[in-house]
Amino acid sequence: MNPTWITVDGNEATALVAHRTNEVIAIYPITPSSNMGEHADEWSAKGKKNLWGVVPDVTEMQSEAGAIGAVHGALQTGALSTTFTASQGLLLMIPNLYKIAGELTPFCMHVAARTVATHALSIFGDHSDVMACRQTGVMLLSSASVQEAHDFALIGQAATLRSRIPVMHFFDGFRTSHEVAKIAALDDDDLRAMLPDELIAAHRSRALTPDAPQVRGTAQNPDVFFQAREACNGYYDAAPGIVQQVMDQFAIRTGRAYHLFDYHGAPQATRVIVIMGSGGETVVRTVDALNARGANVGVLRVRLYRPFDANALMAALPASVTDIAVLDRTKEPGAPAEPMYLDVITALHEASAAGTLKFAKMPRVIGGRYGLSSKEFTPAMVSAVYDALAAEKPLTHFTVGIMDDVTRLSLPIDPAFDIEPTDETRAVFFGLGADGTVGANKNTIKIIGEETPNYAQGYFVYDSKKSGAVTISHLRFGPREIRAPYLVTQANFVGCHQFVFLEKYDVLAYAAPGSVFLLNSPFDAATVWDELPREVQAQIIEKQIKFYVIDGYAVGQANGMGTRINTIMQTCFFAISGVLPREEAIEHIKHSIEKTYGKRGPEVVQRNFAAVDDTLAHLQLVTVPGAVSSTRTRPPMVAPAAPDFVQRVTSVMLSNQGDLLPVSAFPIDGTWPTGTAQWEKRNIAQEIPVWDASICIQCNKCALVCPHAAIRAKVFPPEQAAGAPATFKHVPFKGNDFKGLEYALQVAPEDCTGCALCVAMCPAKDKSNPKHKAIDMVAQAPLREPERDNYAFFLDIPDIDREHVKLDVKGTQFIRPLFEYSGACSGCGETPYVKLLTQMFGDRLLIANATGCSSIYGGNLPTTPYTTDACGRGPAWANSLFEDNAEFGLGFRLAVDHQEQYARVLLATLAAHLPLQLVEALQQADQSNDAGIRQQRERVVALRSALAGIDRPEATSLSLLADALVKKSVWIVGGDGWAYDIGYGGLDHVMASGRNVNILVLDTEVYSNTGGQASKATPRAAAAKFAMAGKPGPKKDLGLMAMAYGNVYVASIAFGAKDAQTVKAFAEAEAHPGPSVIIAFSHCIAHGYDLALGIEQQKLAVETGYWPMFRYDPSADERGTPRLVLDAAAPKGDVGKYMRNETRFRLVEQQDPRRFAQLLTEAQHDVNRRWALYHELAHPSTTPPSSSDKH
Amino acid sequence: MDLTTRYLGLNLAHPIVLGASPLVDRLDLVKRLEDAGAAAIVMHSLFEEQILLEQRATIHHMHSVAEAHAEALSYFPATDDYHLGPEEYLLQIHRIKSTVDIPVVASLNGATGHGWVEYARAMAQAGADALELNLYYMATDLTRSGQSLEDHIVEVVASVKDAVRIPVSCKLSPFYSSLSNLAARLDQAGVDGLVLFNRFYQPDIDVEALEVIPKLALSDSSELLLRLRWLAVLSGRVRANLACSGGVHTALDVVKAVMSGAHATQVVSAVLHKGPDAITKMVKDLKQWLEDHEYESVKQMQGSMSLLRCPDPAAFERANYTRILHTWRV
Repeated sequence: MNPTWITVDGNEATALVAHRTNEVIAIYPITPSSNMGEHADEWSAKGKKNLWGVVPDVTEMQSEAGAIGAVHGALQTGALSTTFTASQGLLLMIPNLYKIAGELTPFCMHVAARTVATHALSIFGDHSDVMACRQTGVMLLSSASVQEAHDFALIGQAATLRSRIPVMHFFDGFRTSHEVAKIAALDDDDLRAMLPDELIAAHRSRALTPDAPQVRGTAQNPDVFFQAREACNGYYDAAPGIVQQVMDQFAIRTGRAYHLFDYHGAPQATRVIVIMGSGGETVVRTVDALNARGANVGVLRVRLYRPFDANALMAALPASVTDIAVLDRTKEPGAPAEPMYLDVITALHEASAAGTLKFAKMPRVIGGRYGLSSKEFTPAMVSAVYDALAAEKPLTHFTVGIMDDVTRLSLPIDPAFDIEPTDETRAVFFGLGADGTVGANKNTIKIIGEETPNYAQGYFVYDSKKSGAVTISHLRFGPREIRAPYLVTQANFVGCHQFVFLEKYDVLAYAAPGSVFLLNSPFDAATVWDELPREVQAQIIEKQIKFYVIDGYAVGQANGMGTRINTIMQTCFFAISGVLPREEAIEHIKHSIEKTYGKRGPEVVQRNFAAVDDTLAHLQLVTVPGAVSSTRTRPPMVAPAAPDFVQRVTSVMLSNQGDLLPVSAFPIDGTWPTGTAQWEKRNIAQEIPVWDASICIQCNKCALVCPHAAIRAKVFPPEQAAGAPATFKHVPFKGNDFKGLEYALQVAPEDCTGCALCVAMCPAKDKSNPKHKAIDMVAQAPLREPERDNYAFFLDIPDIDREHVKLDVKGTQFIRPLFEYSGACSGCGETPYVKLLTQMFGDRLLIANATGCSSIYGGNLPTTPYTTDACGRGPAWANSLFEDNAEFGLGFRLAVDHQEQYARVLLATLAAHLPLQLVEALQQADQSNDAGIRQQRERVVALRSALAGIDRPEATSLSLLADALVKKSVWIVGGDGWAYDIGYGGLDHVMASGRNVNILVLDTEVYSNTGGQASKATPRAAAAKFAMAGKPGPKKDLGLMAMAYGNVYVASIAFGAKDAQTVKAFAEAEAHPGPSVIIAFSHCIAHGYDLALGIEQQKLAVETGYWPMFRYDPSADERGTPRLVLDAAAPKGDVGKYMRNETRFRLVEQQDPRRFAQLLTEAQHDVNRRWALYHELAHPSTTPPSSSDKH
Repeated sequence: MDLTTRYLGLNLAHPIVLGASPLVDRLDLVKRLEDAGAAAIVMHSLFEEQILLEQRATIHHMHSVAEAHAEALSYFPATDDYHLGPEEYLLQIHRIKSTVDIPVVASLNGATGHGWVEYARAMAQAGADALELNLYYMATDLTRSGQSLEDHIVEVVASVKDAVRIPVSCKLSPFYSSLSNLAARLDQAGVDGLVLFNRFYQPDIDVEALEVIPKLALSDSSELLLRLRWLAVLSGRVRANLACSGGVHTALDVVKAVMSGAHATQVVSAVLHKGPDAITKMVKDLKQWLEDHEYESVKQMQGSMSLLRCPDPAAFERANYTRILHTWRV
């Protein structure tokens, strides 16, 4: 029977089987596995049933530890249960994996294998997570492609039911999980055939039930534990055979044959690579190419890694083998070698010892690491490994894919090695996240995959930024199955959807000779040539590229599409490439447009149709001149003034050339310099704010709300303006604080993202023309150069001494922000808080940052936004994990306090040798303000100088530790996913500790970083992933829970509603000697509205009572004032007024208006009830009886 | 006492109808309004422009942030099962029809030619007994003449009349150079009823913040006078039925409107103020008034004070102005 062909990514391929073959699914989002859970949730929400006619129950938990706990419980009580995870999430599941395996419980989970964080976090793929589970007793079943992920999801489920050994089915994160490919789908009959009812009945029969009670999870003692642990051995011995039986049965049914170890290559091969995962596909392709060129090589692909069947391994290897390279996609520092290498060595030696070795002599075995964190693994690298195997004395342990110039373990690679088939079309597209390029390409793959006999593959590379992100799409099409899990380098078609990319990236490096180049260009065919950089012209001529242009934006604009040029560029691709006849292609494009938008917007469909119809008339072929004529070259990635590290490392990474950096370029422990974001000039704003000093009231609110620190204020003596560029604006400062000084408000034109929050916040309007404010958005391009000079001049003006400014909204904005130009979304609602934090306390700030958006825009390379002040001080920042951030930050505090204590002990010990006045001043210093801290720093300098003359070990120690005598401010920063869910236990414990830490919760009410999954901060009635129909329950009241401790300072803030309260809360939290928690309302793109309106929405949130604003200060007792102060008036109006402005709520109304109405009523009750409670707490109506009254 | 009237071809128990309002969103209220004696229910308008904006906005906010970052390929749940079109409105027509026995008039404010016709057709299919076209344009375009705007209105009405078999009324604003002429043209185009008049958001200005504040105040009886005059002017001179909308708060207001020529009166603010019982009271008071004044039926007084029939027709024309001024001087 012909299979049904579908075009899906690895996650969906897996979930398609897992959802149909399970009953209880418990998950927690983590990249790159999140989509599996999301698909399962979506299908269940839509009523899609499993094989047994019931909709699986999908539950989002508070962490992966919670998810596996729920799965364990469901398994024990007889359900078929699964989960999806990766990386740190998998590590959190390990304790339960031991349990589930120890209890011989059928269970197949699915892992998108991802790097475990070490010196740095990485969201990308390798086997370090699954390898960390190889000792738990679960089977490790490895699939290597999207088709295999689909197939092995079923094989795993069938094998676990038969063997009773739990299965961890895994595939490579991103490379397989996110690759889109055409695959043969398994239908329900396939699934049923592989999952006999009796096996399921057997599983159910072991369920815990009071009708036939049993006990599991006993505690055993030395007398019996050991023996009982050995009792399962027979099951493990039998497991590989069972897996093979299942694979054989699967092969009979589908024609796709798999084995525990699959050999591919020359039957008499001498050199063999042993490999697991998607890299095996690359080796297969390379083996075929090499053997076709006369080589005699092979590859052994590992499918079942645990239990490791040494006999099957030996049987699968040809007897001719003399040299083996085992490639591990993981690193185990300190081990004799990586794990799979050791397993192969063991197998060989045990066979040798048993006398069953089939080879003429013991093969030579070498082992190498490859592909960490999704590092490319290409045919050239495979070839390099075979070359090493042919060498007389190869490196026994090596790396491949990088240049290791330190320990010199890396293999040399021939960059010219190429095996790409000639009957395959390869295309590369450069786009912006916001222009829809990736979506259109996924669509193209679907069209080609499902409407033609061709196979298709797509893989998408995203940059680290959340605003103005660049995407590169890699597409392959061809008549044969595509086994190429590596990026396209020699494309027949290169599309560049943004003209400006030509100035930043070597776009045509991807173009093969004779290829086609399609450019979205504001210049037409007659004029575009002169606008190209010299390098691009040269490549076009040299590679004889056929060059097309289209003004996609003009076509989009004319058809009401705005900047969404995806379908326009897609139409061009089909028209030029000829993959399908034009008319047929257009018909398919239109069909997919209808499929995407049809139900939601017939008018949007019509606009897209019109754009598609209008496209070809605007597509132009450029006549390429014979010679390079441009005088313009691609500008350097960073300014010549950038520091050495930025020049050597950062700029290379910014140019997308990071793969070329050698090991020696990097710090050995992940430590990275701060302040590097300033060198990346992104120029992504179409419009930037322009200041009208004549209207400005100098309130500095614009600077406060800027998410990217791209608009700043300064006051300075008039003489500092000498030599200013002609267009640099400054006026006398209004007011008495800085009488006689000049005031300047300056935009960073190349760092601004154009979000317009500053303009929305600006209260100063032109009285004659209120549309005009003190700052208006104006086109960036003409202002770029003059404002760049102005900004440089502005930065050089010395900052005002922070001791001279009031720590209020206005004053804080005269202090240099030490968090700037991050990669956060344009209009981000979180970063203004982070920036303010660095302004108020940046010179003494230690930040423990939970994983999430704030750790990504705070520390995702290539650049680092935290920076230093003129004295070189600034925030010291670190990210430990997602779940442990509160504890991590508490550790900072404990260490800081201990070091201070030790310094004080040393100071007391040495007191007799030091000036008494200095010692006393150091010991009794008041460091409650900037002046006090400065004076203490001066004393420390004096102390060090005095210590220099003392020849005692204590003096040396104190000199090293003396900075500990200066106050440090410890802040624990993270999002609501951390604070409300996965990290809540730790947060709670840290609050209870009473230690002086400050906790800033950037509350977007959803898991923003992983794509909008519901958290316990998600409000009632909001749609989120895992709460598709609108969250039925209320938001957890974290503030109230924190207040319950009594000694915790708590504030609930919203800078857009009342910025003065935000600043006050920060100052009070810092001053509070115990734990402080600030819950900061943060608007977010996951709320679904134009973030330029974020300020308005924050106001509305507070006005309607949706967001409470308060400060709870335990130290108020000393002043005789109430602890709880409500900073907002009683709720006014309907909370729906706020909610209906946001897509997250509107989606619920659009799905089910009556349900929304009900949820809205309940949400209004939540608001009213909370207000009544808070009001009562702030203004107690009755005095409770004192404790003595009770006796 | 015969309180019945015939409006848009519908036999109504009396001339007091619930006008277009958000009250129809709640079925329990709709039922209470029927129990309170409302003769018919007009639904609030379905705004095509709002549907289009909502479609564009939702698609924009969901799609423009998707496929841009490796960790978050989307930010919203992947549901197709939500409606950005008129589905909910149509469903509500159906629900109301299943809940009450009184006639239900759907109301439409279109934005495109296609929209007027398609949505009108859908409303008829959903079970509406009649259709009220909410025709309102803010004529801010300096290049657009009054004539072309009126032509457009007539075209819309004609095209909707072509598309549906149920009666169609047209709710107008008073701001036309020649309302009488427009009414006559609509009459010729086949409109079944004219509703006088629409009430609009009246933007206010915040002089401190220099901002425009949209406002919609509830009506009071003082607004009735404008309606009475135009009802009187048109009564008996157009084939279409007339309805009075705006300023009807008491039975006496109903009497005045009917005497001026209304076949029905639409009540909203009174119900929003006092609840459905306001209708009960108005019906009771109307009956009482008619009895007290020895009328036999509502029809007896319908149009009695129109321009054609009132003893002093000039009072509805220029003389009116003169006399008021004169009185003022006295």
